[in-house]
Amino acid sequence: MSLFEEFQKTTQHLSKVRHPHREDAPILRAEGLGVGYESGLALEDVSFELKVGERLAVVGPNGAGKSTLLKIIAGVLSPTEGHIEIFGNVPGGHICIAYVSQRSLVDWSFPVTVADVVMMGRVGQLGLLRNPRASDWEVVNQSLETVGLTDLAKRQINQLSGGQQQRMFIARALAQEAELMLMDEPLSGLDVNSQEEVFQILDDLKKQGVTVLVSLHDLKMAAQRFDQVMLLNQRMLGIGPAEGVLVPENLLAAYGGHLHLVPTDDGVLALGDTCCDE
Amino acid sequence: MIDFILEPLQYAFMVRGLIASVMVGTVCAVVGTYVVLRGMAFFGDALAHAILPGIAVGYLVGGGAREPLFWWALIAAILSSLGIGAISRNTKIKEDTAIGIIFAGTFALGVALISTVRSYSVDLAHFLFGDVLGVRSGDLWLIAAFGGFVLLAILAFYKEFMVLSFDPVLAATLRLPVRLLEFLLLILIAVTIVVSLQTVGVALMVAMLVTPAATAYLLTKRLPIMMVIAATIASISGVIGLYFSYYLSIASGAAIVLTCTAFFGIVWGIQAFRRAI
Repeated sequence: MSLFEEFQKTTQHLSKVRHPHREDAPILRAEGLGVGYESGLALEDVSFELKVGERLAVVGPNGAGKSTLLKIIAGVLSPTEGHIEIFGNVPGGHICIAYVSQRSLVDWSFPVTVADVVMMGRVGQLGLLRNPRASDWEVVNQSLETVGLTDLAKRQINQLSGGQQQRMFIARALAQEAELMLMDEPLSGLDVNSQEEVFQILDDLKKQGVTVLVSLHDLKMAAQRFDQVMLLNQRMLGIGPAEGVLVPENLLAAYGGHLHLVPTDDGVLALGDTCCDE
Repeated sequence: MIDFILEPLQYAFMVRGLIASVMVGTVCAVVGTYVVLRGMAFFGDALAHAILPGIAVGYLVGGGAREPLFWWALIAAILSSLGIGAISRNTKIKEDTAIGIIFAGTFALGVALISTVRSYSVDLAHFLFGDVLGVRSGDLWLIAAFGGFVLLAILAFYKEFMVLSFDPVLAATLRLPVRLLEFLLLILIAVTIVVSLQTVGVALMVAMLVTPAATAYLLTKRLPIMMVIAATIASISGVIGLYFSYYLSIASGAAIVLTCTAFFGIVWGIQAFRRAI
């Protein structure tokens, strides 16, 4: 991170100049992505493309590099190998990418209301030294309405349930006018009803052409509710519709000794003893 | 009662001290809001101590003159905040360890330098614990100018600092200049510490940054209100503390900090009592 880059970011933030979207390019194209740490490779040779409106689940065991991959796509982390394009340009100049962290990593006692958090999504559009205008509050209110949190707008964020917390972050992504939404384990710790509410919102977003990329540990959920599934364990072991990817040989390669495959009437039942990153 | 309030005000040094402690309290409390929310209390404490060698050099070079010390302290504070940032970023040493090393090392250097002067103990005590009643009108202007600069910067970058403190990943995806903002915040903390030096001194500085903000944190769930409450508590503590200092003949910096601590204790106690019943 050079001084020059920081200066560039400041002027971009000031003047609100962003990378243009090339209409002919896919929303996301990754080629040979890899990240190496001193301790070894966290991710290697991940290549794939996403079209606008597709919904992709990234599954794999703990330490598979799911969060790392999401952060690279968000442009928060730089890959050490390969390259990635969002609408034909590197992620670093886009503000159309929203990233929703795992809920366990958020400071829920931070003194802000639900509306404050959703307004944070507007900061990129606002630019430096500008206060939110009426039109920005309009966007915030609409986003809150879309996720059904209008009544809770003035609540402090630690008064929300898990499902409401997740919907608040989706509203923030909407306020950000995100076209690509990245969510790290959005369903972990949610009860079935809350998961269902999140999926209903995601279905609405799909109709609006928002592309959603989610990391999950629930293979069944990935198979049932997503257009595409990527199986990851540092290397990409497969991507595509679930029935082609979540096959016994791939699953064994990904989960190794942590997985037991039991043949049943309608296919193979996979029992894993790994769980969430929390 | 009126006499009780008015009597100290006949002394110009008391009036100057009161003005200084209200200004310093406000700036410290507002900046301290971020120190509390971002968990930087130890950093603030270390930075205050790391200023000492800068003051010591100025003290030796100026032959004991007080005027240039402000500028020496400012240079030392900015260099130390950058040093701590650089060490924790570029080595595998954890940040709090890096802070500890710089903190103790520079503080020792400061004490060593000052101790080369024979009558050092009185001056050292002023640097360590403050001397708000020794504030001159020139100091007041410096406090107003630099304190005003800090408050303006916090106001100008309000939403950026809020995003950065709540969710650094969001700050990065919104393409905010994260490094530059973090650097700016360190500079603002450094300037705040230098501005407050004469009021509470190096050793008690962290209390001014942390205690009023922490008290406000218990009382509200909104960031701007937290800043206002913290500034109010700090200002009132400055005034009450100085009156205590005047009537009980206790050290002014300590009296101010004790008043802040008492406010925290009362609020915390009431809330704990309410939870218990």
